[in-house]
Amino acid sequence: MKPFSYTRAESVRDAVAALMANPQAQLLAGGTNLIDLIKYDVAEPEAVIDINRLPLKEIVELPDGGLRIGALVSNSAVAYDPRVKQHFPLLSSAILAGASPQLRNAATTGGNLLQRTRCYYFYDPASPCNKRDPGSGCPAIGGLNRIHAILGASDACIAVHPSDMCVALAALDATVEVEGPDGAREIGFADFHRLPGDGPDRDNTLRRGEIVTGVRLEANHFAGHHTYLKLRDRLSYAFALVSVAAAVQVADGRFVEVRVALGGVAHKPWRDPLAEAEFAGAPAGEETFIRLADRLLAGAEGRGHNDFKIPLAHRAIVRALRQAVSGHPQDQTVKAIQ
Amino acid sequence: MDTPRAQSGLPTSSLILDINGIAQTVEVHPWTTLLDLLRSELELTGTKKGCDHGQCGACTVLIDGERINSCLKLAVTLDGAEITTIEGLGTPGDMHPLQRAFVEHDAFQCGYCTPGQICSAVGLINEGHAQGRDEIRELMSGNLCRCGAYTNIADAIEEVLSAQAGTPQREAAE
Amino acid sequence: MLNQSKTVGLPVSRIDGPLKVTGQARYAAEHFGPGMLYGHVVSATIATGRIRAIHTAAAEHFPGVVKIYTHDNRPKTAYRDSRWKDAVALPGHPFRPLENDRVLFDGQPVAFVVAESPEAARDAAGLVQIEYLSEEPHTDIVAQRHESYEPPVPRMKQFMPPPPRGDAEAAFAAAAHRVSADYVLSGEHHNPMELFASTVLLGTDGALTIHDKTQGSQNSCDYICGVFSLDPGKVVVKNSFVGGAFGQALRPKHQLFFAVMASLDLNRSMKVEMTRQDMFYLTWRPSCIQTVSLAADAEGHLQAVMHHAVHATSRHEDYQENVANWSGLAYKCENVKISYEIAKLDLATPGDMRAPGAATGMTALEAAMDELAYAAGIDPLELRIRNFVHRDQNQDKAITSKALHACYREGAARFGWAERSAAPRSMREGDDLVGWGMAGGIWEAMMSKGEAKVRLSVDGSVTVSAAASDIGTGTYTILGQLAAEAFDCPVDAVSVEIGASDLPKTGVEGGSWTAATTGSAVQAAAKAVIKTLLTHAQSMENSPLKEAKVQQVEIAEGRLVLESNHQIGVSMVDILEAAGLEAIEEHAKVGPDMLTMMRYASYSHSAVFVEVKVDEELGIVRVTRVVSAIGAGRILNPKTARSQILGGIVMGIGMALHEEGMIDHRTGRIMNHNLAEYHVPAHADIRDIEVIFVEEDDDMASPIGVKGLGEIGIVGVAAAVSNAVFHATGKRIRTLPITVDKILQSEAV
Repeated sequence: MKPFSYTRAESVRDAVAALMANPQAQLLAGGTNLIDLIKYDVAEPEAVIDINRLPLKEIVELPDGGLRIGALVSNSAVAYDPRVKQHFPLLSSAILAGASPQLRNAATTGGNLLQRTRCYYFYDPASPCNKRDPGSGCPAIGGLNRIHAILGASDACIAVHPSDMCVALAALDATVEVEGPDGAREIGFADFHRLPGDGPDRDNTLRRGEIVTGVRLEANHFAGHHTYLKLRDRLSYAFALVSVAAAVQVADGRFVEVRVALGGVAHKPWRDPLAEAEFAGAPAGEETFIRLADRLLAGAEGRGHNDFKIPLAHRAIVRALRQAVSGHPQDQTVKAIQ
Repeated sequence: MDTPRAQSGLPTSSLILDINGIAQTVEVHPWTTLLDLLRSELELTGTKKGCDHGQCGACTVLIDGERINSCLKLAVTLDGAEITTIEGLGTPGDMHPLQRAFVEHDAFQCGYCTPGQICSAVGLINEGHAQGRDEIRELMSGNLCRCGAYTNIADAIEEVLSAQAGTPQREAAE
Repeated sequence: MLNQSKTVGLPVSRIDGPLKVTGQARYAAEHFGPGMLYGHVVSATIATGRIRAIHTAAAEHFPGVVKIYTHDNRPKTAYRDSRWKDAVALPGHPFRPLENDRVLFDGQPVAFVVAESPEAARDAAGLVQIEYLSEEPHTDIVAQRHESYEPPVPRMKQFMPPPPRGDAEAAFAAAAHRVSADYVLSGEHHNPMELFASTVLLGTDGALTIHDKTQGSQNSCDYICGVFSLDPGKVVVKNSFVGGAFGQALRPKHQLFFAVMASLDLNRSMKVEMTRQDMFYLTWRPSCIQTVSLAADAEGHLQAVMHHAVHATSRHEDYQENVANWSGLAYKCENVKISYEIAKLDLATPGDMRAPGAATGMTALEAAMDELAYAAGIDPLELRIRNFVHRDQNQDKAITSKALHACYREGAARFGWAERSAAPRSMREGDDLVGWGMAGGIWEAMMSKGEAKVRLSVDGSVTVSAAASDIGTGTYTILGQLAAEAFDCPVDAVSVEIGASDLPKTGVEGGSWTAATTGSAVQAAAKAVIKTLLTHAQSMENSPLKEAKVQQVEIAEGRLVLESNHQIGVSMVDILEAAGLEAIEEHAKVGPDMLTMMRYASYSHSAVFVEVKVDEELGIVRVTRVVSAIGAGRILNPKTARSQILGGIVMGIGMALHEEGMIDHRTGRIMNHNLAEYHVPAHADIRDIEVIFVEEDDDMASPIGVKGLGEIGIVGVAAAVSNAVFHATGKRIRTLPITVDKILQSEAV
């Protein structure tokens, strides 16, 4: 661990100023990922800016029936919030599928968005890694890549985003609220995380000095028809190999709207709105589920150890759509897959 | 405080923590975790280090009543917080109901993950989301036990949970 | 004396339990002393090659750093290998930290930083820069299987294969039903929850008190006295509480070496605690590839058994374990050929991990037996019953006891095995395929040499002492029970002193022999105390016990009495007072009975039944039910005994479904060196487990009739899970762990 200085930000403006003052500064919220990375010498901030006392801890109901979740609301608080459970049960379910109760108590909404990959090589400072050390190479390509990306990867990086919560937020078309030196702005969830391309060191589209202040959810019609299906190597306390957040609206046996977000398969929560749009009006049945899965995975590419993720993701999409359409979302406690 | 920490010339901050009901002023570096503070400086070694990365749960303590991995909490961020460790739950002569149930059900072998399991179980009961065994199993999954005492741990927690159902829950720091 | 069982055989709660659940039990890193320094190890990041340069300047300037050790400045240590060999060392050259510039395995300690605080040591260690000359590593057992060799120096004679019997090849070729396949086990890592640590407390007169994470305080003590030429009278190693070990702490680890080295060099107390990552570079269960070929006649009687095993070892030592010999003794068969080799890999030396050898070899044999059952169209349990054998055919010896039939019967009944439909994929529940599988287990019931002291005081209190260890096994409790039984007192009147090298001589805690060995020693010492009591009683005036022989007396309610008539006797207090004694203390030595050993072999046995549910579409496996029936002689404490078996089962489920050290063979480095990516079972993975101890009287396995329980619980579990997965899915997955990728990518037969 590299020593760092510590300051406590008293306001969002303070935090932004501190980030602008030192390019090697990092914000500390729940710390469940940053402290972990610092101890592994993967993150080496010169300055840590504690934002835990900023007034970003509220979940506020919006006039349109949506919610605004402050960046510092803990994952547990979001998951068990009655309003979230009632109107955005998909989000609650996805959060409860991730990490452990202790980690969820500490981890924050904003921090969850900024989680870094679990790629073995990224986490090992002795290994080359384009994400950690741009230009050094990607040993996961040709190496141990069982947990790596099958969609949207590049020759520079095949890492995946590890969050469960973000997969649900992607499916829910959340909006990320940020504040920076130039004031506040909003980023659509699909545009918040990025694909690796030739710059995998950047996980997201935040600009220098920007801080996530909250996540906004708009009212939707999915409360009864959704699921979060997470597949992993042990039945709890493990990152997803593949996860699917599905949210659908069905009328007369046909999809009015269908949304599918995938976790564990790409550098960002994976969605393909164009593909989804093609299935509006399609019968909400098995044949459609398969065609949609085919379509979503059309560009999937395995790297050897992770080849299995392509059929696994395909079957998981079909299963998740079945769960969502039938109105029987996956229970995160009962380990039988419904 | 005349500690190596203060002498080292590296930056330190002073803060007040309420640990098991006693307010203490401590001197920490920015990077000192709550776990290291408890285990080294304060010699409260009941809280265990099993991985130091939030991957095992052995370091679980209660911060303001919530179960937290103390290895991932910087002490400096906790100024004014109330912390309950295993030492604050009970003593061999006056055990917390969960501690008694763990002994009775042989819910441990080597005992190293045990303080974390018990603190986690206190948190679980306070949270009120566990009704039965499936929930206990899922909501205790952040605490690994390599000796494999899981079924006995579930028995112990289930017993205390059902005994407390309907009665007010004992405060963590009591 | 032990038949009345007022204490022994009862489910007594652990006497060390209240300390453990309140955080008062102190483990190796949890001791403090004035002027303590802290050490942190710098580990190599290549698997094989040389160190070209180590740059320590930046680290040396880090505030609080006291000294940095590398191979260039390491203090002088013993020259001869023999001084570095601990009690359970292996053939070959024991590893010497910082010996030279050679790197033999990923994670090898290559520098050691000492500082005034643990954080300073850790943070400075991150500043040590090392340049390597890397060579091409070989770390894949499957690729290196053809470079294997028979160990030139056997670790133990009984690990070497027995001579072939009959003509296995010819019998195999001629048999009605044949199966033959390769089984691959990935390397596994023990990962006890406690991190390896040593605290060295420097006494005023140069004496050292060392708290070490070890399964043998005397082994650690002897080792450092050898390496550093210390006076054994001035060193005490303690391991009062050990946070799990499972075999990983049998041999002294480098943190002990470093802590003592720096303490002596700097004349300060020292503490060194490893990181979780460091623990992946130590003793591990070796990756292993096995070929098992079985043949049976039309009725399922085994005609041929062939088992060839090759497992990993390091460049510098020949680790060996008994992988394959079980195949020659598990079932009745006249034609047997067993071969066993090891292959050198550029990895740390493997070592014993819970049921070493048996966990690996029986997994392959019992999976092959399941394959044979299907080939022959016979129920897997019935096939085993048909091939039951009463003799150890490997050694041509009788067996002291074998209640395996009872294990089969009681386990099957409790599990409901009779309701099983034989065909794969024939049992379903919703989207789940349901599979029922079973396997048998064996472990050698061993007793070693051991000593104990028992002291009876005039206040009626009893103290038991031995240098034994309690690694979660319940040693404290069973020793207390045995003494309480002997003196007819409550368990809490007994204080049990174990976990220190200055106590009566005891071997390392391993191989499931502690209960048999130290338990028997305690019983023998207690008997000696009673004998002495009788002698003193007989010299009292008008002693009612004048004519009594020692075999005729026992302790009851504080009195030494005639077994046949408790009315006749003398109070222990009166005896001691008459003799003018505060206490009577006796010491006893026990060891295996050589005559019995020449004629008999002794094993514990198990039958384990497993239910899995596998989501048909997604291939996710859940173990939903386990019944394990154990024949392990006398059960001293059913509560702690059951826990031992539960632990074995949970680790067996991990072996079957989760555990795998992932090595990037291009670099020879372990990449999932943490508990987030090296999966051990979590709470949610473990559901109902039932443990049955079948009746088994065995007065030959050990004087107190116990056979040991630490290992038998895991043996066969992974095979039972894999057989259940086959029954559920029709897929034979012969490379462990059985992960979802393997299920999706293999074809149902």
